[in-house]
Amino acid sequence: MSGSPTPPPPAEGAEEVRGLLARLLAAERFAVLATQREGQPYANLVAFAASEDLSTLFFVTPRATRKVENLRRDPRVALLVADSRNRAADLAAAAAATGIGEARELEGAARAEALARFLARHPALEEFARAPTCAAFAVRIRRYLLVRRFQEVTEVFLDP
Amino acid sequence: MSLVLEPQAIGPGDRPVVGGKAVRLAQMLRAGFRVPGFLCLPADAYRRFVAAGGLAERIRLELSRKDAAAMRWEELWDCATRIRSLFLRHPFPPGMDGALRELLARRFGDGPVAVRSSALEEDAPGASFAGLHASFVAVSGAEAVLERIRLVWASLWSDAALLYRRELGLDPGQSAMAVVVQEMVAGEASGICFSQDPGVPSQAVVEAAWGLNQAVVDGEVEPDRWIVDREHRRILEHRPPARRGRRLIPAPGGVRFEALPAALAGRPPLSPEEALAVADLARRAEEHFGEPQDIEWTRSGGVFVLLQSRPTTARRGGAGGDSRAWYLGLRRSFENLKRLRAGIEGQRIPEAERTAAELAAVDLAHLADAELALEIERRRAIHRRWQEIYTAEFIPFAHGMRLFGEVYNERLKPEDPYEFTALLRRGGLLSLERNRVLEHLAALVRERPELAACLAAGDCAAAAPDFQKELESFLLRFGDVTCELGGRALCAGALRPLLHLLHEMARRPSPGPRDAPGPDAGRLEQAYLASFPEERRQEAAELLDLARASWRLRDDDNLHVGRIEARLREAEAEGRRRLAAGAADEAALRGALAAAEEPGPSPAAAGDGEGGLRPRQLRGQPAGPGFARGPARVIRAAGDLERFRAGEVLVCDAIDPRMTHVVPLAAAIVERRGGMLIHGAIIAREYGIPCVTGVPEAVRLIRTGDLLAVDGYLGIVTVGEGEL
Repeated sequence: MSGSPTPPPPAEGAEEVRGLLARLLAAERFAVLATQREGQPYANLVAFAASEDLSTLFFVTPRATRKVENLRRDPRVALLVADSRNRAADLAAAAAATGIGEARELEGAARAEALARFLARHPALEEFARAPTCAAFAVRIRRYLLVRRFQEVTEVFLDP
Repeated sequence: MSLVLEPQAIGPGDRPVVGGKAVRLAQMLRAGFRVPGFLCLPADAYRRFVAAGGLAERIRLELSRKDAAAMRWEELWDCATRIRSLFLRHPFPPGMDGALRELLARRFGDGPVAVRSSALEEDAPGASFAGLHASFVAVSGAEAVLERIRLVWASLWSDAALLYRRELGLDPGQSAMAVVVQEMVAGEASGICFSQDPGVPSQAVVEAAWGLNQAVVDGEVEPDRWIVDREHRRILEHRPPARRGRRLIPAPGGVRFEALPAALAGRPPLSPEEALAVADLARRAEEHFGEPQDIEWTRSGGVFVLLQSRPTTARRGGAGGDSRAWYLGLRRSFENLKRLRAGIEGQRIPEAERTAAELAAVDLAHLADAELALEIERRRAIHRRWQEIYTAEFIPFAHGMRLFGEVYNERLKPEDPYEFTALLRRGGLLSLERNRVLEHLAALVRERPELAACLAAGDCAAAAPDFQKELESFLLRFGDVTCELGGRALCAGALRPLLHLLHEMARRPSPGPRDAPGPDAGRLEQAYLASFPEERRQEAAELLDLARASWRLRDDDNLHVGRIEARLREAEAEGRRRLAAGAADEAALRGALAAAEEPGPSPAAAGDGEGGLRPRQLRGQPAGPGFARGPARVIRAAGDLERFRAGEVLVCDAIDPRMTHVVPLAAAIVERRGGMLIHGAIIAREYGIPCVTGVPEAVRLIRTGDLLAVDGYLGIVTVGEGEL
C-alpha cells in the first residue's frame, strides 16, 4: 500500500461548476438577502440579477426599509439563491448557492447600468426600480458556496 | 397561430379565439348580409404582445395594488389609466409590428378603418355589459391603426371592465382580447334598430341621424325615431328630434362634428320606405340569429350596410345597486362637458354665492323660536338641493380633467401617466387663496408680539382692533376654518379655531414658496399643443382650458357647497343653544332639529399590536410625488386638527376642503379615500407635498405619534422605526 492517499481527481472541472452556478443564477429570479444589526440577523426576499462574470449581484429596494438601515450600519451580506420548489425530491435534486460579500448603493452612471441589467431580468419592476426613493445595490461576491446532492458543498472563489 | 385571420377562416366555434364580435361578423358575411370587410387579430396576438417585456406581470402588479371590489370609482379609473399608459408605451415584440403593418396595408391600403374590440367574454351569457371596451372609427395610417390596436387591447382592463372584473372572470393570467379591423364605411346617414322593442314586443324601433353612426350610439346627437308595427310592416309613428343641428363626419386623425347644412337639417335622414327597409334588415338579422337583435347600420350611396348585430339583451346596464357604475358612466364627451361647464360657471356658482350671502344676512338671534324652526327647515331644504346639484353636475364635470388626461397620454405617451396634472396646477384654487391670506395674517403675528399675546389669550378685539377687523373679514370671506369637521357644534364659535391656527402658524418661520417638483408646465403645454396637427390645435387648447376649469372646480365646489352647509349648521347650533337654555317654543325647535345629523362616532384606533399584529408598510396610490418622514397626526375629531403641528404627517379618512388650511404645515398626507385626482391629491400636488391616498383603514391602523415615512412616488407608507 502506498503512504499518503492521493486526493481524488475532481469529478468535474472548474468550468463545469462555474457553468452550473451561472445557470442557477440566470434561472432564478429571487434570492434571500441576509443582513444584520448589532448581531441580530435579518433575512428577506429580493428580486435580483447577476453580472455576466457572476462577481456582482444587483437588487433594488425602497430606502425606508430595515434592510437599508442594516446595510448602512454594516454592508456585509449573504445572498441565498436556490432552485428548490417545495417538493420532497428537492432534498436530493435541488441546488443552492450562498454568495458572501459586501453591498454598496449605486449612483449615477453605475446605477443606470445596474438598473439596465436588473430590468432586463425584471421588466415588470421598471416603475418601482426607477422611482427616486428606490435604492439600487450591488453586492460584490467574494465567494459562493454551491450545495448539491443534499450535502455536497463546493466553494467557488472569484477573482478579487 | 397567424397574426391576423380572414373572415372565411372564422367558424361559429371560434369565439374563444376571435371573440364574439368577429364570430358574428363572419356569420353575417356568410349569410349574405352586406357587412364591411374585415380582418381579425386573434387573442393570441394580444398574448404575444403582453408576454414580451414583462407587460403581463406589470398588469398583474397593477391589479394587485388593491382588491377591485374595495376600489372607489376614482381608483378604478386610475388603475385603468395606468394600464392604458403601459399599453401605449409598450413596444411590439420584434417583427410583430412590421408583420402587422404589412398585413393591414395589403388588405386596406391607406384607407380609413374602424378598429373594434372583440372580447372573448363580451356578450357571453350572464356577462353582457355593453360599452366595456374601446372601439375607434375613421382611423387612417399604419401608425394610428397600431396605436388604436394597443388601446383596444388595453380596454380589456378599462375602468368599467374592472368594475365587473369578477362577473367577467377577468384574470391577468388568462384573459385576452381580440381585435377587428374593419373597412370604414362613411355613410351619409346611420343609426341603430331594435328588431323588437324589449318593452313592446309587437314593435320595432328605428333610430337615425345624419352622419356617422358613433354619434347616435354615444347619444351625442338626438336621432329621428320611427316606431314600426312588426306584424303589418307599417310605421306607427315618426318622432323627429327637437333639432337636427350637427353630424359626425370623418376628419384627419379621427372624426369631428360639423353643423348640419340647412338643406339636411330640414328633413329626416330616412324616408318612410327606408325606415321600413332598416326594420327589415334587423328582422332578417333576428331570423338569422334566432333571437331579437339590436343592430347598427349605415346608409352609403343608397345601400344599407350592417355594421353590427347583437342580442337586444346586450345593451342593458350593469349590475344594479353599485353606485360606482353610475359614476363611471358619467364619462362625458368634450361637447357635453362644455355645456356642463357653461351651466356651472354661468349659473350654479354665482347662485351658490348669492344663496350663501343671503343666508348669512339673516339675523338668527332676532328670530322667534318658531321662526328659527322654519329657518332651519328652509336651510336644510336648500342644502339638500345643493347636494343634489353637486352629485348631478359638479361630480360629472370632474371627468373634464380625466378626458384631458386620456388625450394627453395618447398624444405624448409620458412615462408618468399623471404628468398632465402639471398643466392643470396653479389655477387659482379658492383654498389656496385662503391659505395665502392665512399666511399673511400669520406673518403679521410674527412681526407684532402683542398679537401673539392676544391670540394666546383668545381675544384680540380690545388689544388690536385693526387685526380683529382683518380676522372678521377673513371669516366673512372663507368661513370658519374647522367648521366642517366632526363636531359640528364648534361651528358657531367661529373665531376661536382661527385664533388657535394663527398662533400655531406664527410659531414657526414663514414657509416661503414651496415649489412643486416636476416638469416645467410651460414646456409641457407647448409639447401638448405641438402634438396636434395645425387644424386641431384650437380644439386641443379648448380641451386644456376645460380641464383647468374642471381641476379648479374639483376643489372649489366643496367650498361653495360647504358655505351653504355652514349656514345650516349655524342655524341648528342656534336652535340647540335655545333648547339648552329653555326655549319658549320647545316643540317647534325639537321638530326642526330632529332631522339634524349628529356627528357619528369616530373610528377607534387600533390598539398597540392588536392581536399581535402591527402594520409596517401600507400600500396606497402614489397621489403626490415626494418623500418625507414625520410623526403622524391622525385626524379623528375636530380637536385633533387643532393640535396639528408643523412637520407632522396628516393622516385622515378623507381630506375635507375645510382641512386644507393645515396642509402647508404638513410634511406629508396619508388618506384612506383613494384616487389620484381627488381633492387631497390635488391640494398636495399644488403644494408639492408627498401624498399617498387609498390606504385602507389608514385612520384605524396608524396612531398619532407613530413615525411615518411617506413615499409619494411608490405609494408606500412605512410605519415605525424598523427596530429589530
